[in-house]
Amino acid sequence: MAILIDGISKRFGDFIALDDVSLEVRDGELTALLGPSGSGKSTLLRIIAGLEVPDAGRIALSGRDVTHVPPQQRGIGFVFQHYAPFKHMTVRDNVAFGLSIRKKPRAEIDARVHELLSLVQIEQFADRYPSQLSGGQRQRMALARALAVEPEVLLLDEPFGALDARVRKELRAWLRRLHDETHVTTVFVTHDQEEAMEVADNIVVMNHGAIEQIGAPRDLYEHPANEFVMGFIGEVNRLDDGWVRPHDIDILLDEVPGSVEAMIERVIYLGFEVRVELLRRDGSRVWAQVPRDQAEELELGVGQIVSTRAREARTFPSVVAA
Amino acid sequence: MTGAHGVLESPAGMQTGKAPAASRAFGRRWPRLAVRLIGLLYLALLLAVPVGLIFVRTFAGGLEPVLDVLRSADFQHAFWVTVTLTAIAVPINTVFGVITAIALVRRRFPGRGLLNAVIDLPFALSPVVIGLSLLLVYGQNGLLGGWLKDMGFQVIFAMPGMVLATVFVSLPFVTREVMPVLREIGTDQEEAAYTLGASPMRTFWRVTLPSIRWGVIYGVVLTTARSLGEFGAVSVVSGRLSGKTETLTLYVEERYSEFDLIGAYTAAVVLALIAVAVLLVMNALQSGRGARAREWVTDRIRVRRRTAVIPTPMNSEV
Repeated sequence: MAILIDGISKRFGDFIALDDVSLEVRDGELTALLGPSGSGKSTLLRIIAGLEVPDAGRIALSGRDVTHVPPQQRGIGFVFQHYAPFKHMTVRDNVAFGLSIRKKPRAEIDARVHELLSLVQIEQFADRYPSQLSGGQRQRMALARALAVEPEVLLLDEPFGALDARVRKELRAWLRRLHDETHVTTVFVTHDQEEAMEVADNIVVMNHGAIEQIGAPRDLYEHPANEFVMGFIGEVNRLDDGWVRPHDIDILLDEVPGSVEAMIERVIYLGFEVRVELLRRDGSRVWAQVPRDQAEELELGVGQIVSTRAREARTFPSVVAA
Repeated sequence: MTGAHGVLESPAGMQTGKAPAASRAFGRRWPRLAVRLIGLLYLALLLAVPVGLIFVRTFAGGLEPVLDVLRSADFQHAFWVTVTLTAIAVPINTVFGVITAIALVRRRFPGRGLLNAVIDLPFALSPVVIGLSLLLVYGQNGLLGGWLKDMGFQVIFAMPGMVLATVFVSLPFVTREVMPVLREIGTDQEEAAYTLGASPMRTFWRVTLPSIRWGVIYGVVLTTARSLGEFGAVSVVSGRLSGKTETLTLYVEERYSEFDLIGAYTAAVVLALIAVAVLLVMNALQSGRGARAREWVTDRIRVRRRTAVIPTPMNSEV
């Protein structure tokens, strides 16, 4: 089900959470709302769900204007940042909640709950209470609960934010697979660019209550519309003549035209990737990302004097940075 | 190095210098023991000894005089008056208290601050003052009293006035117990229920109420204790007509001033037993439930037990 967001504004007191935001999410797509905290991404998600009412603008789901429709009647599933489990209910009753509200027959509920619990792999914990589950299990229960009512749109607010790195990685891949199987239109909020790039078909980059750029992950990385997007999606160095990605800085042992002499201040081995922090002759500091074998070939060491060359510095028309 | 550690950890160790390990351990422990002892002594003198003595005195003359009191018409009438008042006041204040708590915590409306302050009025005012103020409104020459009398409806010196007084003095408990719980559970679970299709009403019954039930139960216990024990306000509005508008607490005081000590003690013991029974019922509700909830309730009991002191002739509120 496609989502149409048209000119949405929302303020909380003096704080402008969203300022005239418009966006279209196509049917069956997996979209990430990416931005720093306070950028309005969660507010936008809550407005799509009907948990907040916009001050201006309208929301349509599959062409139906739902701006003033309560969350109960929007056909959405919502996964909260801290899972919002019903603490007094077992895992089974949590997942069955939406179906029992819809007064489905007992047998049908049981079958569906069983199916969902095995889908999210927490079948064996059906009779436990949420407090007896780990964070990752609670998250999967929350997903199963949201999916139980067969929503046409799945909305997730920082779904993996509170989990440790390993579980987070696992669940990301799992969410992607789930989406590939079900094709339910999905929007999730994250402040983690890697998460957005790994999972989403489309990324909406937000900042200060407005959309900075919309595009596919690779698109955004290679053709950022402005400094903010370039800085938020991937790493950057600020040079006199523009912005450059760390992997676009070459380290050479000899001077070449256009190169700048620099001293190596620090070398950090991160497995495949090696980070080299450099102090350039003009006093600026940059860091370069080089593959391990290249770093070894050059025999890079602290205090060494090398040449640096920016391969692809990028400039943006100077707009007043917000 | 260990010695240096000991000195750092305990000021007592500093004075004893190279004392043996056992004595050093005691040195570290004695302030804690002393605090406990003081606490226990305080509770014993204030609570356990006076209440215990009543039990002892009641049965000092054997069982027969006690049974005589229990069989007397005045006692039985007073008992039922108290039970009736409590049975009316507790449900009213429970429903009102939960609604008020939700309004105060979840809603923003003009006059919210004022309502929040007014809720505590029954805590702040002496019950006697509450009784007098009710008299001013509903009494013979009161604001509404004359008109109500013409309508054939007597409030003061009758059950309606006593119900009003009891409801008034026990009003804040449920609200005040439920508010912090509501704040703690937040709105996440309720919003989750909405997105799953539950109407606000169903969300209240299936999500909110089960989440705040410990607050409600404890509020009910305190409301019950307060209603059973109310003296001052009821004393003013009831007219204290023996066998008519006399509650158990009034009965205790009346017997006491008539030098019928056994009568007073027996009624006091009955009041205490009712309160204990209420606490036991709550404990029964509590057992077999989650450990967290239990912890929460016991914490509350520790903090609030003193508010539930059973009135006896010695601590009546006049």
